[in-house]
Amino acid sequence: MIITTSKPFSEILSNIKSYKRIFVVGCAACAAKCQTGGEEQVKNMIEELKKENKEVTGFIVLDTPCDMRIVKKDLAKLPEVKRSEALLVLACGGGVQAIEKIVDKPLLPALDPVFVGSIERIGVYNEFCSICGQCIIDSTGGICPVARCAKSLMNGPCGGAVNGKCEVDPELDCAWVLIYNKLNKINKKENIFKVFMEPRKHSKPKKLDNSRKL
Amino acid sequence: MTSKLCQKLKSNEFIITAELFPPKGVDVEDLLRRADLIGSLVDGINVTDNQRASMRLGSLATCRLLKEKGYEPILQMACRDRNRIALQSDLLSAYVLGIENVLIISGDHNSIGEYKDAKPVYDLDSTQLLKAARTLESGVDMAGKKLKGSPRFCLGAVVNPTADPIELQIMMMEKKINAGAVFFQTQPVYDIEQYKIFLEKTKHLNTKIMPGVILLKSAQFIKIMAGLPGVNIPKAAVERIEKAKDPLKEGINICAEMIRELRKCADGVHIMAIGLEEYIPEILEKSK
Repeated sequence: MIITTSKPFSEILSNIKSYKRIFVVGCAACAAKCQTGGEEQVKNMIEELKKENKEVTGFIVLDTPCDMRIVKKDLAKLPEVKRSEALLVLACGGGVQAIEKIVDKPLLPALDPVFVGSIERIGVYNEFCSICGQCIIDSTGGICPVARCAKSLMNGPCGGAVNGKCEVDPELDCAWVLIYNKLNKINKKENIFKVFMEPRKHSKPKKLDNSRKL
Repeated sequence: MTSKLCQKLKSNEFIITAELFPPKGVDVEDLLRRADLIGSLVDGINVTDNQRASMRLGSLATCRLLKEKGYEPILQMACRDRNRIALQSDLLSAYVLGIENVLIISGDHNSIGEYKDAKPVYDLDSTQLLKAARTLESGVDMAGKKLKGSPRFCLGAVVNPTADPIELQIMMMEKKINAGAVFFQTQPVYDIEQYKIFLEKTKHLNTKIMPGVILLKSAQFIKIMAGLPGVNIPKAAVERIEKAKDPLKEGINICAEMIRELRKCADGVHIMAIGLEEYIPEILEKSK
């Protein structure tokens, strides 16, 4: 899931200051789960905008604003959208930019996308995957050093960990200690400790390179 | 490999290295003065690479200045700030400037330094960079392209003998040796017995390890050090400094005692005086 945080309202206000008539778009998928762009947050946003004397022309919470087909079907033809000066979008950059392909209006993101997260509970998200395009966790006990080691080290830990905690944050587990403990537990230490891990390929798979078509 | 350090590594002599921090700025007078104080007493002078992710005069330029004065520099190269193109290019640059000793490290993460908002690179990890350096020696670069003239290096890496689980650190050492490291320098050690256990566990690796010793100059300094990556200062040493009338003198004594013990069991020592290099001659004298 794409984890997002709400932009400070002062920043949103500053971004929309030249527009009077605003249409608000929410996201019923990731942003709703994050409680940053679901119906409740959209309605709260509308209240705040009204207090600032903005005219809210209407709102919609799209199932998946990152899907252009949904944008076309559910958003593009709404008359309220047509008479708005700008759209305030409570979704990640994938959502805002899918809308951009379909709607020719100024688009104002209301959220900051942060990472791809696994949900532990509301408000507690783990950055387990950095969508690097080359999954190697078969050899690291299902724990990704690219995403979970602060330095994305592939061949083992740095010398900076103290008591199993990462040098960048004493609250954060050293990914390599986690990997070590897990591989020990499942008797698969030879998986990683004897193997040289090649440098990562930062190029995306070829078929995704240009058009990013699958 | 022809560097003086490399020759010494092949001998059975006790190897002494120390480190210098390049200045934040372009005034190198003080740095060169420090180098003069220790240059003839040590087998190599490490020059740190924007240590603790602070921005400083570059390690490579500083190494060259030391080389011109006849000293034996060890270029520290961190993976934090450059991608594989820049890292390989800098390795070639080092070689043409006469710098063959390179210590390859991952580098303190920038989020604990002066540039929290910078983009950390870590395109290669230290093991991969060691291998890349050896690849350059073979006459091609990482892309497999032929080089016009190939370099030679004396490559080192780091290990933390105080980290837990130690098996993980030893595994890293093994990988780094396979990738090309011929010597190791370590994070500071304070407990000789713990170090002896580490030595026993690494015996089979048949490599040279220069354990780090640090000059603890005051209780305040210990507090700062304790917050740095990979630093584990035992209570006994802290208490000695805290109780001492003259903490610096006590720090010098602790350092000298440690080196005296290391002379009996270790391959060498790596001295980190952190700005107090003028005391290194005294420390070494007392350690005999």
